[in-house]
Amino acid sequence: MNPAAKGKLSLPAGRDIKAVVSRDDHMMRWWMALIGVYLIVTLAMPLYAMLSKSVSTYRFDLQQFEFQVSDEAGDFTSPPVLASSLNQTLGAVSAQALNTSADGRLAATEFFPDFSFRSPVNYRIRGTSEQAAYLVGSSLTTGTEWTEIDSNTFRRVQLRPVASTGLGNFSTYFSTPALMGSIRNSLYIAVISTLITVTLAFGFAYALSRSCVRYKSTFRLIAMIPILVPSLLPGIALIYLFGNQGMLKELMFGGTIYGPTGIVLGSVFFTFPHAFLIISTALSISDARYYEAAVSLRSSPWRTFRVVTLPGARYGIISAAFVVFNLVITDFGLPKVIGGQFNVLAVDIYKQVIGQQNFEMGAVVSVVLIIPAILAFTIDRIVQRKQVALLSARAVPYQPSPDKKADSIWLVYCAMVSVFIVGLIAVCQYAALVKFWPYNLTLSLNNYQFDQMDGGGWASYFNSIKLGLLTAVVGTCIVFFGAYLVEKSNGFNTGRGLFQMVAMLPMAIPGMVLGLAYIFFFNSPANPLNVIYGTMTILVVCTVTHFYTVSHLTAVTALKQMDREFEAVAASLKQSALKVFTRVTIPVCLPAILDISIYLFVNAMTTVSAVVFLYSPKTTLASIAVLNMDDAGDIAPAAAMGMMIFYTNAGARILHLFASRKILKRTQAWRQR
Amino acid sequence: MSKSKSYLQIDNLWKAFGDFVALQDVSLDVFEGEFVCFLGPSGCGKTTLLRAIAGLDLQSRGSVIQDGVDVSELPPAQRDFGIVFQSYALFPNLTIRKNIAFGLENAGRDRASINNRVEELLQLVGLPEQGDKYPAQLSGGQQQRIALARAIATSPGLLLLDEPLSALDAKVRVRLRHEIKALQRELGVTTIMVTHDQEEALAMADRIVVINEGRIEQVGTPTEIYQNPQTLFVADFIGEMNQFEATIDDQRQLQIGSSRFSCRSHEFTSGAQVIAAIRPDNIVPQPLDYKAAGEVNCHRVVLKDMEFLGSFWRCRLHNENFKVNHLIADFSANAVRRLNLQPDQSMMVQLPEDTMIIYARDEARV
Ligand SMILES: Nc1ncnc2c1ncn2[C@@H]1O[C@H](COP(=O)(O)OP(=O)(O)O)[C@@H](O)[C@H]1O
Ligand SMILES: [Mg+2]
Repeated sequence: MNPAAKGKLSLPAGRDIKAVVSRDDHMMRWWMALIGVYLIVTLAMPLYAMLSKSVSTYRFDLQQFEFQVSDEAGDFTSPPVLASSLNQTLGAVSAQALNTSADGRLAATEFFPDFSFRSPVNYRIRGTSEQAAYLVGSSLTTGTEWTEIDSNTFRRVQLRPVASTGLGNFSTYFSTPALMGSIRNSLYIAVISTLITVTLAFGFAYALSRSCVRYKSTFRLIAMIPILVPSLLPGIALIYLFGNQGMLKELMFGGTIYGPTGIVLGSVFFTFPHAFLIISTALSISDARYYEAAVSLRSSPWRTFRVVTLPGARYGIISAAFVVFNLVITDFGLPKVIGGQFNVLAVDIYKQVIGQQNFEMGAVVSVVLIIPAILAFTIDRIVQRKQVALLSARAVPYQPSPDKKADSIWLVYCAMVSVFIVGLIAVCQYAALVKFWPYNLTLSLNNYQFDQMDGGGWASYFNSIKLGLLTAVVGTCIVFFGAYLVEKSNGFNTGRGLFQMVAMLPMAIPGMVLGLAYIFFFNSPANPLNVIYGTMTILVVCTVTHFYTVSHLTAVTALKQMDREFEAVAASLKQSALKVFTRVTIPVCLPAILDISIYLFVNAMTTVSAVVFLYSPKTTLASIAVLNMDDAGDIAPAAAMGMMIFYTNAGARILHLFASRKILKRTQAWRQR
Repeated sequence: MSKSKSYLQIDNLWKAFGDFVALQDVSLDVFEGEFVCFLGPSGCGKTTLLRAIAGLDLQSRGSVIQDGVDVSELPPAQRDFGIVFQSYALFPNLTIRKNIAFGLENAGRDRASINNRVEELLQLVGLPEQGDKYPAQLSGGQQQRIALARAIATSPGLLLLDEPLSALDAKVRVRLRHEIKALQRELGVTTIMVTHDQEEALAMADRIVVINEGRIEQVGTPTEIYQNPQTLFVADFIGEMNQFEATIDDQRQLQIGSSRFSCRSHEFTSGAQVIAAIRPDNIVPQPLDYKAAGEVNCHRVVLKDMEFLGSFWRCRLHNENFKVNHLIADFSANAVRRLNLQPDQSMMVQLPEDTMIIYARDEARV
């Protein structure tokens, strides 16, 4: 018999048994590698391109250029002279101005104050190193050979900067007060909005789960409305209400809605559903037994709240806070519409890139914006994990008992929050229908004649529908299949771990950053994939990637509920994994699949931040049209387009609801326990 | 069980999960048509061994030879087995009929023959009426039988069952034991069942493989395992066992405290520290005046208390000499009546020498 001696055991020497990989496993690995490559190409590589852009600096190196000027007869008798020494004596270009961007150009004539293009003198120019580059007209010249040109051509000689890697852009950024101010501004509005939203949402969720307030389902529905519209829509509504010609302008008491006030109000609107959902979940899992204990100990309601309710929901509250913070700090649409002179990081990226064409600086701001976003994301993930641990404990659901006074107070509270949400949407609807606010208040559909405004017209709307549908279909396929492979394939553990990590990444990347990263990566002429630049494809790809994480998690949750042994059973019966996938996995996960599609559709309809860098005249989108019409001063049509998005999303959600109901009904027989 | 030809050979199997060695040098032969149980406490590696045999989690070292073919490195789809998991893993969205038909739907098999086979299997597991229901609509025991029907549908050469009865309540469990065993006899399929329930193993198995901490402790028929446990672990794990610390005296007999016991022959030397063990039902009750000539291993004890367990009385006996708190003995109701045994009275017990088993002391449980 075996000796009972215990100790650290190890395997006998020898070769590790290596499985003959089955055909199914082969297929699964190939597919997983494919989707992995998709994520790398659409996420990791663009982000890398952006990072390297942010540390690329460009500078005119005057030591690299040498000039020689002839006399009037055309003979080069004077000695050649370096551009740097010319600059030293002349002070023509300041040291600051020598720092430039990728397409910076410096006219050679700067160094010749007495230059005249009619003068008979000739010029020679050459580099002192092979890297020196300059343009003569539009032709690029490099190298140390002399180029001789007449004065008429010389005025078209432009020096090119040399590229190097360094943190120069960052030091420029941090020494520019206007840009640095945005960090403070962004943090400021994010913190204030978070405090307000989480407080409001907690009250709302508390009322719906812990009191017997009436109209619960209506309130729940209303709380979800903001998800259906772009984040800039509340901005438009607020302008109508409190703007320069606002209906309730007097309520501002001389203050202005343009700036932090407007951003915070709008942010509360569009982040409310997210906070509400998370806190509701947290509250719904709190254990009724604690409440019974509290009642039997004659604990006062306030004490019960502090000792039982708050601690039970704390992870939910913290998680909601970080999600809201993340949403606000990365949002672009709202501050763009209502921010006025109040600069925030997300808008800075847009201004640097679209306004000033300074891509390097855009990349720098992006990197700065990623930091709080990743921090918030990481903390949220840790907290969520703890929440899940709580969830698995067997809890008895809490059944509130009626309390007339408290219930009526909660009714008033919920009604006020609902008025805020419905009110802003109603104002938008009103704005969309009024002929010419505030001068002609007759109602008409004029503002819906988008073809007569800038912004792409009705085509934008249909493009958005197309984007929504394509994103929903393509995205759901990729996400669900990817999640399936990660969850259900055998072996290949490193690959699977890596995949899981990459799949979590999109959530931490702000939309603006993703969009900009796409410019750097896909617009590069060296990239063979640049054919998709400016097409609908890149919009679909970008949107799928942008909203990958939440969809992935939904799919994983659904798949985790499937028995781990289905695939093993199939293998023992000599049936392919594909058969289990089509006959069992997909039917059982259909509700989750529908959830993913509607999530992707709604978000594709409302997203602005990532696609704002990527649309082309042929692929304008409804949400972008709202932005551009608002920018052009066509606020009423912008509101009208915003409402079109709302109708469409509401319609899609209703359709989704019916479809889900029908599926659940049809599959009732096997779902019941 | 007639020792027919070996169907499955497991040779020097090892399995490590990272640093943790879950199986150590496991070797085993399973004969054709045999019903083998892997028995051991939870976490001892039974499932790991079963999954290695199925190819679901490959072993780290060693080989598995099934029906003369080395399948050590083959994926499950290329091996020949049917399996029933503890969770049954029935496809929830398919009817019972479709669940059973799942493995039959291969190219070259027509609908009619599949349907026939499904009906046949439903009959076989005694659920002919339930074919159109969904798994969730059946009781646990019924689901278990469907899982079994699905596993044997393709007539595999090897049937693997991982704790198939553990999710059921006691009554159903006992009934299904018999049904599974009967079915296995009828089909003659070589079967390996994992269980942590010794009763189940004793009732069902042709041979039991007792596993502890990743090692095989003993392989044998239920009676061999029960009557002749080769290690203290087996002795302790299966059934009840009284244990005494003892030494071997110069006549190679047992010395327990100041009492001397004769015992069957053994290979321990004089002076060796050993553990002597005897099962409660091997202890023979005798009247107080029992002094027949030549009777050895008879000792006077005090009957501390007794508990009626239906077919027998479990009694706790005390004797200062034995250095154990109590001696547990199972006396038949008959004997108790005959000897008129009452708590707190003195009596004689006999520890028959051929039922005393001796183990080396250092094998004591940790
Ligand atoms: N995938 C795994 N990774 C790490 N350890 C495992 C794994 N599967 C099983 N083990 C460990 O191996 C030991 C044996 O497990 P198992 O074979 O499931 O036991 P049981 O005898 O209860 O079926 C246990 O200690 C378990 O924790
Ligand atoms: Mg097990």
